[in-house]
Amino acid sequence: MRTRFQQGLDELRARLLRMGGLAEQAVDRACQAYQDRDLKRCHLVLENESQINAMEREIDELAFDLLAMQQPMAVDLRFILAVTKINSDLERVGDQAVNIAERVMDMAELPVVELPVDIPRMAAASSAMVRRALESFIEGKAELAQAVLEMDNVVDRMRDEAFITLVKTMNEQPEKTRQALDALLVARNLERVADHATNIAEDVIFWVRGADVRHNVPQEPAAAAQEVPEAR
Amino acid sequence: MGVGIQVDKLNAWFGKTQALYDISINVSANHATAVIGPSGCGKSTFVRCLNRMHETIPEARAAGRVRIGDIDVYNGTSAVQIRRRIGMVFQKPNPFPTMSIYDNVAAGLKLNGFRNRKQLDEIVQRSLTYAALFDEVKDTMHKKSGASLSGGQQQRLCIARALAVEPEVLLMDEPCSALDPISTGKIEELIFQLKEKFTIVIVTHNMQQASRVAEFTGFFLLGKLIEYDKTEKIFTNPSDKRTEDYITGRFG
Repeated sequence: MRTRFQQGLDELRARLLRMGGLAEQAVDRACQAYQDRDLKRCHLVLENESQINAMEREIDELAFDLLAMQQPMAVDLRFILAVTKINSDLERVGDQAVNIAERVMDMAELPVVELPVDIPRMAAASSAMVRRALESFIEGKAELAQAVLEMDNVVDRMRDEAFITLVKTMNEQPEKTRQALDALLVARNLERVADHATNIAEDVIFWVRGADVRHNVPQEPAAAAQEVPEAR
Repeated sequence: MGVGIQVDKLNAWFGKTQALYDISINVSANHATAVIGPSGCGKSTFVRCLNRMHETIPEARAAGRVRIGDIDVYNGTSAVQIRRRIGMVFQKPNPFPTMSIYDNVAAGLKLNGFRNRKQLDEIVQRSLTYAALFDEVKDTMHKKSGASLSGGQQQRLCIARALAVEPEVLLMDEPCSALDPISTGKIEELIFQLKEKFTIVIVTHNMQQASRVAEFTGFFLLGKLIEYDKTEKIFTNPSDKRTEDYITGRFG
């Protein structure tokens, strides 16, 4: 048993989960800020971004050290590669939360208007995807990750619907254009959060099963055996 | 050109102790195949069965079928004939210490009665070139002894010596375990080039080395072949839990 290596892997997992917690919290805070026009929460999201960025660097450094010093193989190699990619996606989730917070800060200066879009519902769906993608990572279960992939279409449809209804609003009620545009950008940010959750789920599947399921092209474990000389 | 190796239900014993159990494997011609596994798993015994060196140990025996190209190793072919077609390089470089570099390479041919000096010169030069040693020894190969070379050069000399008799298969039993990283790098580069002309089977404890030089890898455990697949599959996503436990260091 390679005790030091195992400790390194455990540390990497723990740090990624802390990073996941911060990213998830940032999205929740930004969405809550949208609902309540809460500038205090917006500032919290902006302040925490630097913490997420710092964690991204720390996780990458640790992963880099483990690759260089421990020469991981098979499931361990897949785990470290998956962690580095999930790390990057979580940082981008944090960025999307910042974008939402900035939209809310813009909207706060404008009169509140009724808009035909259910941003809280979309926020709940996107947050749930991030949460479940991280759960699939914690549990190491490809089935949980697979369920996240299937949720992505739902959020995409919400974004499409938001686009149609908000453009219509802008055409028919030009006085609501700025608010509608902010809501449209928030919908776009939430859809990107869902995309990152999908990437995380794909990376979990790669780690657990060794299968590359990106871009809707399922590819079972690398190096198919068709050219392997027979061994019986 | 290299030839393929077909092994069918190969069993081997040391006295009453069985070392290999029903090994069946097809080794591709002109490829490098790595054999990995923990100490005592039978990987060296396996390669020594391929050229019938196993039977040189008292009370050791083997049974089963091994075909190398068109010859049946255990049926109707002499061990000497087989070893002419299968070169072997060992863990520790073992040049003939009293012979010059040139004579080391020419030794196998001379032993077989080869006397044509001009052709001998050509073969020695070609073998040293294949082994990526010629440029380093061309001015001194008649004067200096094989033992005067560095460890890495000695191992390349042994490879040149093995190649001089124009084998079809080259067996390498941990050829870099006594070498520094630079010499190891040279041997690995050499293996890559030699595949074009020879079939290579390499036993190694160094999994990074297996992953660097071999297209196919077999994992042995307790005398059994547990998994045999493309090297990238073995090292990124092996099918058998025991293979994964071994290559990730979770054994024991």
